Amino acid sequence: MKKLIAWFDERIPMTKTWNIHLAQYPAPKNFNFWYLFGVLAMLVLVNQILTGIWLTMNYVPSAEGAFASVEYIMRDVDYGWLLRYMHSTGASAFFVVVYLHMLRGMMYGSYQKPRELLWVFGMLIFLVLMAEAFMGYLLPWGQMSYWGAQVIISLFGAIPIIGDDLTLWIRGDYVISGATLNRFFALHVIALPLVLVILVFLHIIALHEVGSNNPEGIAIKKPKGSVPDSEKPKFEFHERFTKKYDIVDAIPFFPYYVVKDLIGIGIFLFLFCYVIFFAPAMGGLFLEPPNFEPANPLKTPNHIAPVWYFTPFYAILRAVPDKLLGVILMFGSIAALFVLPWLDRGKVRSIRYRCGLHKLNLTVFCISFVALGYLGLKPATEVYTFFARVFTFLYFAFFILLFFYSKNENTKPVPERITK
Amino acid sequence: MSNAPVDKGRRRFLTVATSVVGAAGAVGVAVPFIASWNPSAKAKNAGAPVEVNIGKAEPGQLIRVEWRGQPVWVVRRTPEMLASLEGLADQLRDPNSEQPQQPEYASNLYRSRKEEYFVAVGICTHLGCSPQYLEDSFGEQVEGVSAGFFCPCHGSRFDIAGRVFSGVPAPYNLVVPPHYYVDDNTILVGEDGEQA
Repeated sequence: MKKLIAWFDERIPMTKTWNIHLAQYPAPKNFNFWYLFGVLAMLVLVNQILTGIWLTMNYVPSAEGAFASVEYIMRDVDYGWLLRYMHSTGASAFFVVVYLHMLRGMMYGSYQKPRELLWVFGMLIFLVLMAEAFMGYLLPWGQMSYWGAQVIISLFGAIPIIGDDLTLWIRGDYVISGATLNRFFALHVIALPLVLVILVFLHIIALHEVGSNNPEGIAIKKPKGSVPDSEKPKFEFHERFTKKYDIVDAIPFFPYYVVKDLIGIGIFLFLFCYVIFFAPAMGGLFLEPPNFEPANPLKTPNHIAPVWYFTPFYAILRAVPDKLLGVILMFGSIAALFVLPWLDRGKVRSIRYRCGLHKLNLTVFCISFVALGYLGLKPATEVYTFFARVFTFLYFAFFILLFFYSKNENTKPVPERITK
Repeated sequence: MSNAPVDKGRRRFLTVATSVVGAAGAVGVAVPFIASWNPSAKAKNAGAPVEVNIGKAEPGQLIRVEWRGQPVWVVRRTPEMLASLEGLADQLRDPNSEQPQQPEYASNLYRSRKEEYFVAVGICTHLGCSPQYLEDSFGEQVEGVSAGFFCPCHGSRFDIAGRVFSGVPAPYNLVVPPHYYVDDNTILVGEDGEQA
């Protein structure tokens, strides 16, 4: 066995990679449950790729065959229903864990220097994920697939001058048709997953370059030679990390955090399986009722709402009475997150040591996001539109306020070390 | 390799020239990939004009046909409906049809060739849903106007000539497609015809 490993190590950096990224990778010792969502997102990604590949084996990507082939998978293919529900529930689960993962980053300032690029890669993953989910939702070719895609593609029509030609080019037809379905299928099953996997790889490489943040928001890297040996952890970390710094308050990722993550994965799988087996449609949130009817270009469903994970942005779009401005604000709500590392000019990372205004601001932001998500599901009545406008304002106010108060923020003293 | 002196100018020229040719090649290669997303010949053919027989339309009736995969409405309007078009101007966003949402021959109060028949693409100018035709219950949406179109998606409202009310998300009036009367009972949707 040793010989075999040595044979490989001479030809590829196998043991070295294992040590740098797992067995001798120093992770702060104070991770709490918020640090589970990264690994859960990876788990869901694997689930999506695996079940997705199996679904393509029976799915027919054509306007004539798509709806029937999904019904075929559900009724006639052995365990086809399970594979499909794993995939459709996985899509929603992906957004649940990614939203929580992003909130973790916002709470503990994980986007601040030196982790700006890490955050930007994360945001790119989020963007590709949204494109992936949107295109995947067209594939069953139900009423909501069709009309949801109609609404989203029309967004590009708001762009002045080139808008109409651009939407025609995206659809490949004068309306959404088989041509659109086939290209979305190609992008959904090969192009975007490839991009997604590459981005996840870059996200992790960037993370391991700068090291993980932690709930205290303080560095575990101290200047070389400043820490007496008695205070250093009793673990061996790779010299790549110890060469320039003294590492304190850290434990190796493997086995300690792997074991912890396994517990989290166990709990997650309980919830995930419950949804798959007992509530795969989640009361119309994960699979919307009109989608059990085949797409009909001549009849719009009475009420069109995107799947829940898009509704916050959709509510922002609807809140604005002007089409172009609505589209700009909707994309702006995502762009604002992209530049968060530069909007926050504070030096203190963790919410634990930041000012009361910041705590309030982030709380209001979360409430606005959830409220917008709820409003995006509801029809656009006058009362709902009024509230959507209020919460859209509060959503953007988070970023604007943050930019101003973070410059000279009244923070609490930050400890030198993670409490022992 | 010899120790001949390096001609830096020549080397730079060759580097730049090769890069430029390579970039031009890359642009050329991109063309088929991008152009293949345009509507195919088949899709363009399916965009051919369609005939609508209006001989049997009752007053107030809406006939729905498919043109380029889109719903096209032909509404035979009653005199009351036509009368309702006047006096709405200050509630509308574009009462005089100044935006190019219709052919020139439909750029009038009724937005049609013949007052009685209204031809329009039944797709909301906001985000592409198909609005509902409310023949006599439109009053719930706009007080005092009994007939019109209401988009259930985002609540846009249009009068019986497809003109959009202000304060709704849709930016423009409904599109009037090119069309002409082949004879008294037939409309051809998709072409302007010679009378244009």
